[in-house]
Amino acid sequence: MTLSGSITIALTGNPNSGKTTVFNAMTGARQHIANYPGVTVEKKSGKIIHKGHEVNVVDLPGTYSLTAYSVEEIVARDFLINERPDVVVDIVDGSNLDRNLYLAVQIRELGIPLVVALNMMDVAESRGTAVDCKRLSELLEVPVVPMVARSKVGIQELLDKVIELAQTRPGWKPATISYGSDIDISLDKIAALIEQSEVYDRKYPARWRALKCLEGDNQMISLLKRDPVIGLRIEEICKVTTRHIIDTLGDEPEAIITDYRYGYIAAVTRNTVKRRIESRLDLSDKIDKVLTNRFFGPIIMMGIFYAIYAFTFWASEEPMNWLETFFSYTKDMVNSFMPEGVLQSLIVSGIIDGLGGVLGFVPLIMCMFFAIAILEDSGYMARMAYMLDRVMRWFGLHGNSVMAMIVSGGISGGCAVPGVLATRTLMDPKERIATLLVVPFMNCGAKLPVFAMLIAAFFSNNQTRVMFLLTILAWAFALLSAKLLRSTVLRGPKTPFVMELPPYRLPTLQGLLIHTWERTAQYVKKAGTVILGFSILLWAAMTFPGLPQEKEDFFKRARSDRINVFLKEEGVDAYLKDEDSLKRLEVLISEIKASKFGQGDPLLPLAMAVLRITGGSNPERDIGPQLEGIATGFLRLRIDLKSIEAEKRQNALGHTVAGRLGRLLEHITKPLGFDYRVNISLIGGFAAKEVILSTLGTAYSLSDSEQELEYSLQERLRNDPGWNPLKAITLIVFVMLYVPCMATLMSIRKETSWMWVGFSLVFNLTVAYLVAMICSQAGRILGLGV
Amino acid sequence: MKKVINMRQMQDDQEGIIRKISASGQMGKRIREMGLVPDTPIQIRGRAPLKDPVAVKVRDFVLTLRNDEASHIMVEVDMPER
Repeated sequence: MTLSGSITIALTGNPNSGKTTVFNAMTGARQHIANYPGVTVEKKSGKIIHKGHEVNVVDLPGTYSLTAYSVEEIVARDFLINERPDVVVDIVDGSNLDRNLYLAVQIRELGIPLVVALNMMDVAESRGTAVDCKRLSELLEVPVVPMVARSKVGIQELLDKVIELAQTRPGWKPATISYGSDIDISLDKIAALIEQSEVYDRKYPARWRALKCLEGDNQMISLLKRDPVIGLRIEEICKVTTRHIIDTLGDEPEAIITDYRYGYIAAVTRNTVKRRIESRLDLSDKIDKVLTNRFFGPIIMMGIFYAIYAFTFWASEEPMNWLETFFSYTKDMVNSFMPEGVLQSLIVSGIIDGLGGVLGFVPLIMCMFFAIAILEDSGYMARMAYMLDRVMRWFGLHGNSVMAMIVSGGISGGCAVPGVLATRTLMDPKERIATLLVVPFMNCGAKLPVFAMLIAAFFSNNQTRVMFLLTILAWAFALLSAKLLRSTVLRGPKTPFVMELPPYRLPTLQGLLIHTWERTAQYVKKAGTVILGFSILLWAAMTFPGLPQEKEDFFKRARSDRINVFLKEEGVDAYLKDEDSLKRLEVLISEIKASKFGQGDPLLPLAMAVLRITGGSNPERDIGPQLEGIATGFLRLRIDLKSIEAEKRQNALGHTVAGRLGRLLEHITKPLGFDYRVNISLIGGFAAKEVILSTLGTAYSLSDSEQELEYSLQERLRNDPGWNPLKAITLIVFVMLYVPCMATLMSIRKETSWMWVGFSLVFNLTVAYLVAMICSQAGRILGLGV
Repeated sequence: MKKVINMRQMQDDQEGIIRKISASGQMGKRIREMGLVPDTPIQIRGRAPLKDPVAVKVRDFVLTLRNDEASHIMVEVDMPER
């Protein structure tokens, strides 16, 4: 067998016609996904070998028509006209023939070689619909292949037909449909003018182009201007025809053309489709009686929202733990094998933490995409939009926006990264952008520890109630901001909500897995590299410049002074001579801790170590007041050294770029009551909100381990005269609303453009600042929390 | 008795035949493209919990429209004799 040149085929079809299933069945996992230039519409393609022929399959976006109203339609149409695939395969839902043929007829009018794949023949049969494929093929003048893509029936036959057609190298043969004598005459006139023009390219069939002009297609009409003389004459004909049609038929030509096309389809199906007359409700209708019921519908929907939320975070918990363990293990390894210093810090705090920031989200994203794929593939997603439309419309959002908001933290503890990616289910670009700009306001899991710490410190009596209030606040801010955006920068005409409620279908595992995988892989590829870069940048900002030499020396001296005080203590000098012997003691303690003696009293290893260095062997006899003195002295030394170290880190942080920025920002944040320490931690929170607490700890020179940090910060802030409940609430509100974390910003970048990333930064900061300002000033005026 | 009413005024489960669509522009186009053209039989399938949008069975599938959009569609229905 020989390869005889490659064939390019394009798959078109209505949404829900099973187009994706056909594409998956043809290409399996050999898919390549990219975006069409300039738009967020996905371009999926795959190469396959069928009987020795290389076939390049391109999956065009699902559309109902080939007009220029939606991005998807323009993308599909431009691809057909500009890329000129060898064959177009239109996937037609055989159980819903009339509406599906509407697209097929338009492709016939364009004239591009076409094969109609009559999908879902099993559903059609079960509904009592019989289609005469041979007759249909004769009437449409194209090959028709019946198939059931779900069970992979007919895929091979389809490919056979496609290759057979491609090998005849057919030219474009546009079909001519009559639109009534008035329109037909005008079409002929316009087509003749188009043929005359030297300027117009021959990519489009003349009559099709004429038809688009009469339909009022903006893209085609603007192309007329390329030939001013003929263009004007064509526009004149369009104007006259339109007036005449409105006068005689009372409708625009556009409407008449659609009616005639459906008339033509009715004539075709009358001759080819036999329906068993029946009025019984099918299964889908029965399910809808419950799932969209006025009373049960919303309750079930809430349940499903909760289930998705619970599933996403439950199923991803274990894998996230594995990843966390893996990254902390790697960090430990690097820490123990590399000498302390800038390089080690870069690898641990810059690179590994950065990678962890990217990959740590992967299980979460996969689980959420899996849950969403179930909703989409089963047909429930459309019902959600249907039930919530009335509410969300008021805020300028779409029913499906709710999904994204819940995943982002609508129930406390979500994550905005999958939330932003979930907005992909929204078709209208303005609704989608408005949604993804407001989801970072929701209370994601990383903000919760900050809230919890502040609430515990200042509102310990009403913890649950305050937490609940914060959830409500987040929803209110998100929805109201959406309303604001949709009536200002994202204002646009209300898009019509003419949406299909597809029949319920059991999703196929292959479909679910492919959906999940391709979306996750895209996130890692696109967001990953940038997040890593930013992570390193932020690490540098919080590390450099280091402390000046005299400060370094100061802390070094403070340290050795303190050690010397200990070494000179009575009884110590006999056993411990210098710093090295102290180090040996520490090593000994950790060795004993790791042995069987490490289990009981935490002080036992210390006692045993001291005993060993003093040469004693019998605890009964040898532990006297002298040894006790050494042990307690050593404990005190440890605490003091820790606080010297903490003070040094605090100083170092204040000296870095981030620290200086924090001080600089005090001018702006003073009205909110934030000092440089809060500012630094907020800067750190830009990398990931998890960083806020630990940075705040460093800034307050607390030296505790992460587990104890939350508690000691609570104590510290509660007793700090500069802090009060009002300041706590102001900070909570600010953290809730201010900049999205890096990973979220990169997800926004992936779904939109850098412009919107910048907008998101500025918008969120402004909202956060204003709200926090109002909060703090109003509180002060009312005399709260002082 | 036959009577032409607005789709918005139709009751749940009521059947009828589309007579006229007065919407133009993008909305009119979308409505027609989905197969809501004159002489097409339809049946109201139900309404969302807040009574808007409305679900309509047309040809072999179910479509949802907002009330604003449904008011542009005139439907001939059987009215019971009083």
